[in-house]
Amino acid sequence: MAIVSSLRGIGKRVVNAVWRLGYGSRFFLMTLFYSGMSFRRFRLTVRELFFSGVMSLIIILVAGMFVGMVLGLQGYETLKRYGSESALGSLVALSLVRELGPVLAALLFASRAGSAMTAEIGLMKATEQIAAMELMAVNPIARVVAPRFWAGVISMPLLAAMFSAMGVFGGYVVGVVNIGVDEGSFWSQMQAAVDFRDDILNGVLKSVVFGLVVTAIALFEGYDAPPTAEGVSGATTRTVVQSSLAILMLDFILTALMFRGE
Amino acid sequence: MERTTLDLWVGIFVVAGIAALVVLALKVGNLSTYNISETYQLQAHFTNVGGLKPTASVRSAGVLVGRVTSIMLDTERYEAKVTMSIDKRYQFPADTFANILTSGLLGEQYIGLLPGGEDEMLADGGEFKKTQSAVVLEDLIGKFFTSSVDAK
Repeated sequence: MAIVSSLRGIGKRVVNAVWRLGYGSRFFLMTLFYSGMSFRRFRLTVRELFFSGVMSLIIILVAGMFVGMVLGLQGYETLKRYGSESALGSLVALSLVRELGPVLAALLFASRAGSAMTAEIGLMKATEQIAAMELMAVNPIARVVAPRFWAGVISMPLLAAMFSAMGVFGGYVVGVVNIGVDEGSFWSQMQAAVDFRDDILNGVLKSVVFGLVVTAIALFEGYDAPPTAEGVSGATTRTVVQSSLAILMLDFILTALMFRGE
Repeated sequence: MERTTLDLWVGIFVVAGIAALVVLALKVGNLSTYNISETYQLQAHFTNVGGLKPTASVRSAGVLVGRVTSIMLDTERYEAKVTMSIDKRYQFPADTFANILTSGLLGEQYIGLLPGGEDEMLADGGEFKKTQSAVVLEDLIGKFFTSSVDAK
């Protein structure tokens, strides 16, 4: 009997997961379909840009600075063995622009802004504000969900670019100012190694995809949260876990597509 | 519609983000070294291009004069056909040497131009007749071995 009930449990979980996936996809398409309002009444989106973008500025800038500084230190330690300290600039810039900038900024964005979005929408649902909107013939997806979605998609590449720029500055501070790597070779090797289209634009493209995925997950988890205190807290946790995993897995796929070891 | 401090902050945010992108493009990336000035095309055939890549620099006396635009295999001669765009300000004699060189011991490869003495200049679509291929380490070691055997 134990086998039957455990089998039943597995089946229930799988069916539930597929169900949620379908519901989530429909929710995502609805968000895109009702996006018109977030551009016609752009003020709604601007307000969300403030909460998800501007409020994440400090954490992004500080984190970027420190990541760049660590890269500068570790990169120097490793490159010193091969006598190629002058390549420090290209190491710091390439790793930031291609991978660390988009990925870490997206992870921070997911835990800073994504969780807030889920909690906010979950609570709106729990306090029946969403139901009230529907009663007043206001479409909650157009009014609440879509502006947040577009704010996330717009702010993510900007945040990632700031993260990378700040990281390069951090690497410069540690590498050139503290350790004393030659400033000229730091910048010139960096410029020789980093290609605008292959590295920088691909990084921007990555961060747009991450922004899309993180906000879509956060909004859906909030919208789908059981309207209880426990439900909202569970949904917030799921947002952070799922979007972090999604970012890392997508990053691998995107890297494989973009760079292919050429 | 009134202006609020919220709008100001969002404006600052967007400007800072775009500024970061511009910094990345100009200071970190190679957008500033892309040739914006007018260029003309020159070609060269090499028996081996080694690790030369498109967008590699073309230098004469160490000065950047252009970039490699494409590398193809010419099936008529079974040699690599390298097309490069050269800055219009610089003209080269018809007997200019084109060599594939390496910057530093492990650096990237580039094309070095060694001007000859002819009066006639290469025009758009012209070709460097005299070229020297990339140095392939295996060939070098092979030559070293055979020459040391001969010496005995």
